[in-house]
Amino acid sequence: MIPILEIKDLNLGYGNRSVISQMELLLRKGDFLAIVGPNGSGKTTLLRAISKVLKPKTGVICVDGSEIAILSHKSLARKVAVVPQESSMAFSFTALQVVLMGRTPHLSRWQTEGALDYGVAKDVMQMANCWHLKDRPINELSGGEKQRVIIAQALAQEPKLILLDEPTLHLDIGQQLEIMELLKKLSADTGMSVLAVLHDLNIAAYYADHLMLVKNGHIEVMGPPQEVVTEENIRRVFGVSAEVKKHELTGKSYVIFQPHAGE
Amino acid sequence: MASVSGFKRGVVFPLLGLTLIATIIIASSVGAVSIPPATILGSAWSKTVGFTGSHVVGAGTKDFIIWQIRLPRVVLSMLVGASLAVAGTVTQGLFKNPMADPYVVGVSFGGGLGATVALLYGATLGFGEFLVPMAAFLGALGATFLVYNLARTGGRVPVSTLILSGIAVGSFLSAIISLLMTVHGEDLQSVVFWLMGGMAARSWRHVGMVIPFIVVGFALAMAFSRELNVMVMGDERAYQLGVDIERAKKVLIVAVSLLAGAAVSVSGLIGFVGLIIPHVVRLVIGPDHRILLPCSALIGAIFLIFTDTLARTILAPAEIPVGIITAMFGAPFFMYLLRTKKNSLA
Repeated sequence: MIPILEIKDLNLGYGNRSVISQMELLLRKGDFLAIVGPNGSGKTTLLRAISKVLKPKTGVICVDGSEIAILSHKSLARKVAVVPQESSMAFSFTALQVVLMGRTPHLSRWQTEGALDYGVAKDVMQMANCWHLKDRPINELSGGEKQRVIIAQALAQEPKLILLDEPTLHLDIGQQLEIMELLKKLSADTGMSVLAVLHDLNIAAYYADHLMLVKNGHIEVMGPPQEVVTEENIRRVFGVSAEVKKHELTGKSYVIFQPHAGE
Repeated sequence: MASVSGFKRGVVFPLLGLTLIATIIIASSVGAVSIPPATILGSAWSKTVGFTGSHVVGAGTKDFIIWQIRLPRVVLSMLVGASLAVAGTVTQGLFKNPMADPYVVGVSFGGGLGATVALLYGATLGFGEFLVPMAAFLGALGATFLVYNLARTGGRVPVSTLILSGIAVGSFLSAIISLLMTVHGEDLQSVVFWLMGGMAARSWRHVGMVIPFIVVGFALAMAFSRELNVMVMGDERAYQLGVDIERAKKVLIVAVSLLAGAAVSVSGLIGFVGLIIPHVVRLVIGPDHRILLPCSALIGAIFLIFTDTLARTILAPAEIPVGIITAMFGAPFFMYLLRTKKNSLA
């Protein structure tokens, strides 16, 4: 089976500054990979490279068997969708209009959205639980509602891989969990691969199938969350002490940070 | 939304089309010699259907007034109004900023300088009558790039730097225009008339001169109207949605420069049309540029025919530059926008 995402010997940076060095990564259909690491460890930079916003210094990024360097913007946007941390818009499009913009890579220049596009928009908005917001101006929605609309927009691209850059950063805990449930369901039900940069280690360990800890542009450790989330790894990557426990019912690992343990 | 926008198109476009035709007829009937709309329609009927029956005495004079004096001016106002409104809409989309328009961001002054240079020095260059709009286009293009690069900080164009750059570039260019005109012995009154914008003594020649520029400019804007929508989400996001953002920007800047340049080259510097019209139309019809652009064009056309008719009638036989009237509508509107939107513009 062709991997959905294959990264070989990737080096990224801005000017002379190196941000990611010699990264290798393989993601298969339906994989849910969470990336966690300290600020400035190159997480966002990696997502920008996979969405071709940033050109790699060296290395190869292949999506669904094609090297992204030779894919057009449009064909790449049919394979990879990105959900940013935050979106702001100068003009108040309705939620449905925003989601329909996700159909851009599927439409030719003079083509208007047809029944197929409206059908896709409705499906993804129902999936993201925002169909009831369809006629509301995007700028009047709450942070969580807006983020669900943006996720629906990304899903309307019908991508094989969805990249999320701390999609729950400005949301309250209820909204965070709702979005994580949605992502989990997407990867399980539709076979879409999910690559999410997350800031909350517990949430990442709970929802993702694979967890990557990055520090200074290197993959420190990668694997199933229960293997990755250890007291030793947390100390090494974040420089903080923590106690790792296993939840009795779910069997998932969770972390209790101990800010003053070393004193 | 399919049905809603279908409904909008089905109702709004015929309605605006009819209003435009009515405005053209009424504007052609008003003036020193009052010509009833029925006479205009009759004259149009005999012209277009080719009816060459018996002539009423005096019809020749009225025909001349309609076809050689009023109509060219009304048609030119229509074209200039539509161009300014579309240029304003595209500028606002391009800068992601509802306070932008070709006049505010200084682009019109670039066009004005180009046109002035062509008018004063162009006779020796050739190119015929397309020289002036061509030079205005190049001037507008230069000013757009200059303002855009001055105003941009870290991939964004904040409203404050945009308007400040616009003022700086605009004042500089308008000073050069005034200087050139004064040096070349134009009297101050004609300098003022040119800077305020006006439609006096325009003929079919002027209409023919700018039509190609306006048609191409509008076609480019329409071709990239979906990109304009997506670009509202920000450059990086638009890129991730499959838009070749750099190409789209270049095409849209060319479109703005063609439209603003064409307008300036025949009517001087008419301000605020490109600011008010898109704003009002957006309130009514929504921000989708695929509908917004043609609606703005139609309403801009109606608005400028109306204001130009005011300009030549309220102080008749004297004539006011139409730019004074648009500024009297537009500047208070700009203040209103500042007042209501200042929180969202930072």
